[in-house]
Amino acid sequence: MAASTQCRRVDATRRHAPIDRRQWLVTAAAAAWSARAAAQDRATPLARRIPSSGELLPAIGLGSWITFNVGSDRVARDACVEVVRAFFAEGGRLIDSSPMYGSSQPTIGHALARLGHPPALFAAEKVWSGDAARAPAQIEASRAHWGVPRFDLLQVHNLWAWQQHLPRLFALKAAGRLRCVGISTSEGRRHAELEQVMRTQPIDFVQLTYNPLDREAEARLLPLAQARGIGVIVNRPFREGQLLRALARHPLPAWAAEVDCVHWAQLVLKFIVTHPAVTCAIPATSQVSHLRQNMAALRGRQPDAALRARIARELAALV
Amino acid sequence: MSEWWTYRPSDFLMFSPRIHARLFESVNLQWWPLALLLPLAGLAWAWLLWRRGAALRPGLAALGVVWIFVAWTFHAERFVPINWAAVAFVLLFALQGVGLLGLAALGGVQVQRHGARAAIGLALWLLALLAHPLLAALLDRPWLQAEVFGLAPDPTAIATLGVWLLLRADSRAGVWVWRVLGTLPLVWCGISAALLATMDSGQAWVPAAAALLTLAALALPPRR
Repeated sequence: MAASTQCRRVDATRRHAPIDRRQWLVTAAAAAWSARAAAQDRATPLARRIPSSGELLPAIGLGSWITFNVGSDRVARDACVEVVRAFFAEGGRLIDSSPMYGSSQPTIGHALARLGHPPALFAAEKVWSGDAARAPAQIEASRAHWGVPRFDLLQVHNLWAWQQHLPRLFALKAAGRLRCVGISTSEGRRHAELEQVMRTQPIDFVQLTYNPLDREAEARLLPLAQARGIGVIVNRPFREGQLLRALARHPLPAWAAEVDCVHWAQLVLKFIVTHPAVTCAIPATSQVSHLRQNMAALRGRQPDAALRARIARELAALV
Repeated sequence: MSEWWTYRPSDFLMFSPRIHARLFESVNLQWWPLALLLPLAGLAWAWLLWRRGAALRPGLAALGVVWIFVAWTFHAERFVPINWAAVAFVLLFALQGVGLLGLAALGGVQVQRHGARAAIGLALWLLALLAHPLLAALLDRPWLQAEVFGLAPDPTAIATLGVWLLLRADSRAGVWVWRVLGTLPLVWCGISAALLATMDSGQAWVPAAAALLTLAALALPPRR
C-alpha cells in the first residue's frame, strides 16, 4: 500500500502539467483495464496447485477436529450441514478428517449426503492405527462414513506406524484407488522424523502446524516441501481458537486494511496461505459466520513478504 | 505415541464444551420425568436411611440400577460417540452398579447415622440431589442442561460418596467390598474434575471438592 500512496502523491504533483489528449486516453484506458483486472483478481479465490498433480485447490479448506464431533445431536449435526454448505458456496474444496476425531466422519458424511455430494469435494482422510493389518478395515469404515467412492488424500496420522502404512497407501494409489498420499503431524512434534519421511518417501502432501506464532516449519520443512514438490496442508491455524481468543482482546490494526482484512482470522489465514510452500490451511469451525470470515481470506489483496513479517512480529507481541 | 511428554490434557479433548453440555439436555429430554423423579426418590431414601435406618439393601440395589442406567444412557449412548475413551467410563459405571447390586444381595454393611463422618455423608448426598442441578443455571447454561442424580454421572457419583460415608462394614469381607465401592466414585470424581478443568469449566471444583471432602471424612473415626 505504500506504493499506491506514493502513486497518488506523484499524480498530485502533475496536476497542472500540460495534457496530451492521446496520451491521456491511453493512460485512462490502461488504468481502467488495470482496475478491472485488479477487481477481478481480488474476487478470484486464492488457489494453489498441488505440486505433484498440478490440480488447483482453494487455499482454505475445512478441518473437522472437535467442531464436527457432535455425536447424535441433531441440532448440532444440522448446524454442521450449514457450515459445509457455506464452505462449498464460498468455493471451498478440501475437507479433512480422521478416524481419531470421534463422530466427525459420520457428521461429514451426513452433510455431504444432505448436499447431494458436491462434486468439488477434495476428501482428505487419515489412517490412525498402530497396527497396519487393521488399516484396510479402518479406511473402508472411513470411506463408508463419508459416502465417497474413494478418498482424494489419505495421510498417516501423526506419523503413527508410517513405515507400515505408507507402502499400503502407495499401493492403493498405484491401483487407482487413491489419488494422493500424505503424512501428518501437529504442534511441532517429531519434525526431524517428518523431515526424514519427506526426504525419502514419494509423498504428495505433508500436514503440519504453522501460524504466525508457530513458525518452526519455516526453517526446514516448508523449504524442503517446496524443493521436493510436496503439498503442505496447515493445521491448527488458530491454535484451536486460543490465538483468536487472545487477539480478540485487541483491536484489529489499521494496516490490516492494506490486505482487505476486517477480522483477525483473515489476517492469520492470509499470513499462512501466502507462504509459497503452503497449499491449503484447514481452519475448523461449527459456525457459518466464522466459516465465511475464514473463506474471505481467499479474496482481496494478499500480504507481501514485508507485511507477512510484520504480521508475525506484531501478533507475537500481542499474544 | 512418542514425545508423549509434549502432550497436554487439552490435546485429548476431542469435543467442545457446548456439545458436552448438550449431552445433559439430551438425556433429560429423553427420560423426562425421571429428571424430577429420581432426585425425589433419592431424597425419600435419604430420609428413610437417616431417620429410621431402613431400606438399606433395597436402596443399594436401586442405586446399583441407577449406576448401570447412567453407564448405558449417558456414557454408552451419548458420551462414547464423541469420546472414544468413554468406553472405560461405561465399564467403570457398570462395574460400580453390579457391585452395588451384589452388596444389596449379600449384605455386609450397616448404616452409621452418628458422628461427623455420617453428617458429611448426608450433606454430600443432599447437595448432589438438590444443589448440583442448579450449577447449570449458575453457569449461564439452560435449565434443560441441569445435571441430575440418576441421569448424569457427577451427581450420581457424589451422592454415592455420601451414601458410602453413611455405611460401615460389619464383616471382614464387607470391609473390602465397602472400600471398592467407594473407590470407583472417587476415581470418577477425579476424572470428571480433570475433564471439566480441561474444558475451562467453572464447575471443575465441584467433583474435586466432593472427592477431597470424602477423603477428609474418611480420616475421621466412624463415630465421634
